[in-house]
Amino acid sequence: MPEEKKIYNKGFVVAGLIIFITIFMFPFWYNLGKAAPVPEPVLTEKAKAAKECIEPKSYMKAEHMQILDDWRSSVVRDENRVYVSSKEKEFDMSLSNTCLDCHSNKADFCDKCHNYASVNPYCWDCHIDKPKENK
Amino acid sequence: MNVKYMFSLVAVILLFLLAYIGVEAAGLQVLFGIVIPYAAIIIFIIGVVNRVIGWARSPVPFRIPSTCGQQRSLPWIKSSELDNPFTTPGVVARMFLEVLFFRSLFRNTKTTIAEGPKIYFSIEMWLWLAALAFHWSFLTVIVRHLRLFTEPVPFWIALLEKADGFFQVGVPGIFLSGLVLLAAVFYLFLRRVIIPQVNYVSLSQDFFPLFLIFGIAFTGILMRHFAKIDVTGAKQLAMGLVTFHPTIPQGIGGIFYVHVFFVSVLLAYFPFSKLMHMGGIFMSPTRNLTCNTRAVRHINPWNYPVETHTYDEYEEEFREKMIEAGLPVEKE
Repeated sequence: MPEEKKIYNKGFVVAGLIIFITIFMFPFWYNLGKAAPVPEPVLTEKAKAAKECIEPKSYMKAEHMQILDDWRSSVVRDENRVYVSSKEKEFDMSLSNTCLDCHSNKADFCDKCHNYASVNPYCWDCHIDKPKENK
Repeated sequence: MNVKYMFSLVAVILLFLLAYIGVEAAGLQVLFGIVIPYAAIIIFIIGVVNRVIGWARSPVPFRIPSTCGQQRSLPWIKSSELDNPFTTPGVVARMFLEVLFFRSLFRNTKTTIAEGPKIYFSIEMWLWLAALAFHWSFLTVIVRHLRLFTEPVPFWIALLEKADGFFQVGVPGIFLSGLVLLAAVFYLFLRRVIIPQVNYVSLSQDFFPLFLIFGIAFTGILMRHFAKIDVTGAKQLAMGLVTFHPTIPQGIGGIFYVHVFFVSVLLAYFPFSKLMHMGGIFMSPTRNLTCNTRAVRHINPWNYPVETHTYDEYEEEFREKMIEAGLPVEKE
């Protein structure tokens, strides 16, 4: 066998590798020269005044969608509209009347992170710019 | 108890503990969130290129495509252009179907001996189905994850996500691909344990990637539906990596780092393992050659130059002596 081993079908092999690496590195070149600022949700005056949401901030960050889902089940299926927080405070289980009461700035609060993480919840199909629920 | 899969299972559990304890107890977020992922990506790329170039340096002495149908020969004999491709477009079509739809697995048969003794061949589709489910759902999962690695998120990623979460079960919605991936990996594992022949040929390096991928899917589903994490933080870390401004956001738990560590291990392990079939399928001479052996001569690339001594050269060398001895010569 020859001493220096040649690469057979070099053109195809190199082209294939370049295509593969280009696809694999997609996130690296796609984001080149683009700023990706970390979203900073804006609190309304009312939310600032309340100091804390219904649960601690870190818990709300991760679990708010779960809370809303549980609320929906509770309200629709069990007719239970009262949420008792971990600090024994009572809240009305309502996205429109409780959450959006303080966080009335959807574009500067909800959408900030949702857009960043490409989350498109169908809550808003009904719950925004619609008449508030009757108490 | 099978020592081969226990070895791999214990290895994956140790990896889990390593990352979890490393982050939760020792605070090694920078190691598991930045250093190891970068190292894994570098190992992956260099390793894959190295393996592929290694294959490309290996000469193919003969045309050795697997022929699964009649080769083209005489015009009145019907040939199978897809299973025994005679032309390059035929090879491309064959490769395309092989890579995307695993036709060779579809051919899988099961052999049983019944009374008689009589041998029976029956169709065995489960491997093909599970392999399709596994690879396609894994691809979907990977593409979906690009939402954490791109800003702004391209529309096609959001579109895929929408299709994947079509049934809108729960919030955050359940993704079909996650469940299918988990189920398919589990089947591929069970198959290696339950079917005796397959068990016999299964080694720990067959089980390890299965457990690892199971671990990746499991921790992923865990973070989405059970032990929820701050997704914004996760994206911040991912974006930091791909824009070369690595950051460690506060408040994402150990499970997230386990997930990242598992993926890093998979990437780093990839070039040294059977997972290289991803590149290997394109490089296999049994698939990527045309079956035109009866029409085209294929010269062995490692043929060395054979030294010859023709009659002309012989006569040139001995002409004088031949004339002296009175032997007939062709040229005076």
